[in-house]
Order: sequence, then C-alpha cells, then structure tokens
Amino acid sequence: MSTLSIINVKKRYGPVEVLKGINIDVEDGEFLILVGPSGCGKSTLLNMIAGLDTISSGEIAIGGRVVNDLSPKDRDIAMVFQSYALYPNMTVRNNISFGLKIRKIPKDQQEETVNRVAKLLQIEALLDRMPSQLSGGQRQRVAMGRALARDPALFLFDEPLSNLDAKLRVEMRAEIKLLHERLDATIVYVTHDQIEAMTLGDRIAVMKGGEVHQLASPQQVYDDPADLFVAGFIGSPPMNLIRASVASKEGKIGVDLHDGGETFFLAAPDAVQSGLSAWNGREVIVGIRPEQITDDMARGPERTDRVKRNVKVDVVHPTGPDTLVLIQLNDTPVTCRVHPETRVRSGDTADLMFDLSKLVFFDPDKETRIR
Amino acid sequence: MADTYQTQTAGSQWLGRAVLYALLVVFAVYYLMPLFVMVTTSVKTLDDIRAGNLIALPQEISFAAWFKAWGTACIGVECNGLKGNFLNSVSFVVPAVLISTLVGAFNGYVLTMWRFRGSDVLFTMLLLGCFIPFQVILLPMAQTLGYLGIANSIPGLIFVHVVYGLAFTTLFFRNFYVTVPSDLTKAARIDGAGFFTIFWRIILPLSPAIIVVSVIWQFTQIWNDFLFGVVFSSGDRQPITVALNNLVNTSTGVKEYNVDMSAAIIAGLPTLFVYIVAGKYFLRGLTAGAVKG
Repeated sequence: MSTLSIINVKKRYGPVEVLKGINIDVEDGEFLILVGPSGCGKSTLLNMIAGLDTISSGEIAIGGRVVNDLSPKDRDIAMVFQSYALYPNMTVRNNISFGLKIRKIPKDQQEETVNRVAKLLQIEALLDRMPSQLSGGQRQRVAMGRALARDPALFLFDEPLSNLDAKLRVEMRAEIKLLHERLDATIVYVTHDQIEAMTLGDRIAVMKGGEVHQLASPQQVYDDPADLFVAGFIGSPPMNLIRASVASKEGKIGVDLHDGGETFFLAAPDAVQSGLSAWNGREVIVGIRPEQITDDMARGPERTDRVKRNVKVDVVHPTGPDTLVLIQLNDTPVTCRVHPETRVRSGDTADLMFDLSKLVFFDPDKETRIR
Repeated sequence: MADTYQTQTAGSQWLGRAVLYALLVVFAVYYLMPLFVMVTTSVKTLDDIRAGNLIALPQEISFAAWFKAWGTACIGVECNGLKGNFLNSVSFVVPAVLISTLVGAFNGYVLTMWRFRGSDVLFTMLLLGCFIPFQVILLPMAQTLGYLGIANSIPGLIFVHVVYGLAFTTLFFRNFYVTVPSDLTKAARIDGAGFFTIFWRIILPLSPAIIVVSVIWQFTQIWNDFLFGVVFSSGDRQPITVALNNLVNTSTGVKEYNVDMSAAIIAGLPTLFVYIVAGKYFLRGLTAGAVKG
C-alpha cells in the first residue's frame, strides 16, 4: 500500500504557478528524495504534504486518507527542519516530549518514548541540556528525536543537513540511512545536494520549475536521464554535454567530434540507432559522463564499443582517487576521469578511451532525450 | 630609540585617559547637578533655603517637606498631599502597561507568524500610529470615552493609554519576532500545538528581553504623561503629574520650595525604580542571549 500519494497537485500564488501538476506515489518504507535547484518547488511541495501550506488543486493522501483539509497535527506526520527548529526555552527532553504532551499521552509513556528515542540516537547524556548548549550535529539529532518520538506514518525532512559542516554532513547522512533501514520508516526528504540524493534515496524525484522531470531510482536517474536538465543536474562533476552533428559511417549512426584538429566519429549505442537516424545531418547534444572518457589503463575487458583517441589536454585536476582531465571537444570544455597513476600533463596530448555504450543524445531545442 | 618611543606613547596614552575622565566627570556633574539641588533642597528647612544659596548643603536634614508633599500639602482647596494621586497613577499605569505590552506581543505574534492578506498594510497603519501627535486625538478620544461611558475615570485613562501605546508595543514585538525563525511555529504546529498554545508555550517564553523594553518604554511614557491626564481626568482622579503641577501652582501663602522639590522627586521615583530594576533584567537578558548564541 502506498503511504503517500500525490495526485495532480498544483499550487498557484496569484497568477504564478509554482507547482504544475505533481504526481508521486511513495510506497510503505520507501525513502523518496525531492531534489532540484532552489526555487524548483520542492520545499513548497513538502510544506503542502505537511499541511503547512494549502494546495490549489489536486489531492494528497497519507495512508490512504485524503488529507487536503486536515491540519498538520492530524496528518500523522513528523518533520525535521533545516534550522532544526528546536524550542529554545525547553530542555532536550521537553523538546522531544512536547508533541506527546500536547497530545495528552500519559506521563510514564512519554518518559518511555523519550528514553527509547534518546537511546536510539545516542543523546541520553544531553536530555537535560538546553538546545543552545548543543553543537549543530547534536541539535540535528534532537530534531530527529522529536520526529521519531511521534512514530508517524510519514517522516518529512527539509534539507536537514544543509547547516552542518562537510564532515558532519557525511556522518549524519550515513546515520539517517541506517536509521531508515532499521526503522523501516517512510521518508520524504528534500535536498538540493545531488550527492545526498544519490546516496540516500530509494527513488529520486528531480524537480525544476514546479515539475517533476524524472522519478526513478538513483542509478536510473544517473545512467538514463530523462532530459537535458536531469543529465546536467545529477552527477559530480556533471555530465559533459557537447553539441555535435549527427553523421553516419560504415552503416552506423553517430556524431562527429573534433578536438581542434581532425574530426573523429563516435558511433551511437545500438538502442539509439533508429531514433538518432531521423536526426542525420542535424545538430544534437551528446551526453557523456566523465568516467566514460578514461585512460588506457581502464579496467574491464576489451570491448568493441570503445574508441581510443589522442587528444590535447588543457588542464589536469588531481582529486586523489581520480584525476580529472579537461579537454576541448567541439569547442566545449569536457571533463574526463582518469586513473591517478596515469601520467597526464597540462598542454600535452593523451590517449583517452571513449566508452560509447552509455552515450545519450538530446534534442537541442526541446531538451528531451532522443531514444 | 625603541624605549623613547614607548615612553612617549605611554605618556600620551596617560594624557588621553586623563582628558577623557575629566570630560566624563564634568558631564556627570553637569547632569547630576539638578538632582543634587532637588534632593538637598527637599531636605532643607524653609529658613535654610532662604538663608543659603542653591547648591549649599543643608544645615540640618529634615524630612518634614517629604511628609507634607505626600500627605498634607494643599492642591487647590484640598490639603491631602500627593498620595491619592500617586495611587491613582499606579492604578492606571500598571494595568495600561501590562495590557498594552501583552496585546502588543500578541499583535506582533500574529503579524509575523500568521501572516494574512493585508497584514503588512495593517502593520504599516499601526506604525503610522507612532507618529500621531497627542493633541490630534484629544477631541475624538473625548467623544469616544463619553460614548463608552468611561469619561473622567481610571478605566478611561487605561483605555486611552493602551490604545495610544499599542502602536509602539506592536512595533517592538513585531520587529523582535521577525528574527524568530518561522520553522519554530511550523514545528509546533506539526507537534499539534494550536494558535494560543504556540503563543503561550513557545513564543512568549522567548520574549523576556523585548517585554522588558516594552515595559520600560510604556511605563515611562504613561507615568510621565501630562496631557491625557489633564484632559481626560479631573479632581481626585488626576494622575500625579497633573497633581504635581497643581501643587506647585497653588498660590496660598509662602512658596515652599522644599515641598515642591519633594513632590517632584516623589513623582519621578517610580520611573527611576523601573529603570533600575528592569534595566538589570534587560541587561541580564541580553548577555544571556549572547552567551547562549
């Protein structure tokens, strides 16, 4: 049974439509990520699920019950905020039990819940402190504890890790994932950080301009982006998007590329051959991930869908696990990911291997995928 | 070389300090002088006042003038001193301060946490209320008080001061609550707290510092008010400021400067008291917030 279903939900502020018909179903125990650039409507959508904002049309159901007209407290949800939103005048204990107190849960039961949650999040030692005496990470734990105490049908997270420093963010990310697996909780999680989206989510809804561009598993979103926006948004460093003209060679459809010198041909994967043939002679946008342009030393067996080219290297960025190499293809800067032991120097040329099996193509005007 | 340089700076630093302290002392004396004259004059006898000069110390200290100002001095034809008017003032200032502060807090809460269509317009209009001169509202207010049947009464004065003070208290609280993250109310709503629960349990406990600001401001304004007092009350319902004026201007017999001075100090003491007591809490609130971060 789906815990949350969002059916054709729209939101207008005056003449401005900020959500243009959202349809999402979240299964029981699923971890759904809403990701997108700022202003894409992801937080608005979360607020509407929470009942903090009204919807203009459509339907939101939680646990099979339409909640359009229910106030936040009756929706069986709990929410974790970016700013933690701990009540500054209450101890950690009272922060966690506030919701229970309001709901007139018996005292001993409140205590039991607080202790259980505190143990789960390892904040037992902090229970009698004030929020102002806690560090950012501890506050975030307390905020999660407050949500957990309620044991709701649905957890909502609104960019909970954005205010933490990089190291703590990675730690808390792992912890949220662990917590989700242990509690089997249903979670809707808003973030603008695509790494958070990739690592945490069972499914990702990539949003922009009030629309869901793609709703799929992280790997699917990564390998098989629905359109140009998703391709450019997910991935770090992002997918290389190169304008190129479609040509055919030896009975295969593909694209012509050049690195300032001689033109070379990259054949499209078999699955796209027929789709791309309609574009023969016209310009498209080719998408290729940095790790698909790599060095000779690349692991894996010999394959026919690889092309080796000697190209001029502009800049080299060592990152540790990989070295990023910047080259120019069709006058567009292109990032390649090579093994750190490969000797590549700025200004030299290098032999790079193009993996053609995952090439994707986009309509340059409509920005849709060519399949 | 280095030594000379250092001595020089040390010397000029010392000189700078000396000038600074000298200036501060001069200004402190300048501002304390009137208070000094008032206090010394109030404990002098009339003979002493006539014999000595203004800043001379009293020959003997006598509190007779204080007792007279409090209990027996003549205001107009009645000779009961200021005590009745002092109590009058207390009886309308305290409720007026409390009501205007509480309603201001409530207004601020609604205007920041529960924005509605036109709430900004409403706030702007309330803000304009801060700039309306007292004189402008005298006639309409007199009519309103008559219509409500509370003209020339303590409730009437409370009403006038609450209405006039709301613009200021709302401004204070609204600007304070703007800095409170709205996520706090959202979290409380999800936790199941209602409109009033959030106000009492979450928002008001955050507000001691701004409450103190509002109380100091309102208390000083209302206690020191003369115009509303003189217009909207009469006889034994007059506040102390009006009574003080009448006492000083009552021209029967000799001019008793010591009684006048005592009366003036009595009239000023409560505001001084509020500053000293609440000011300490105010500072404490500020520093506590700073330490907590």
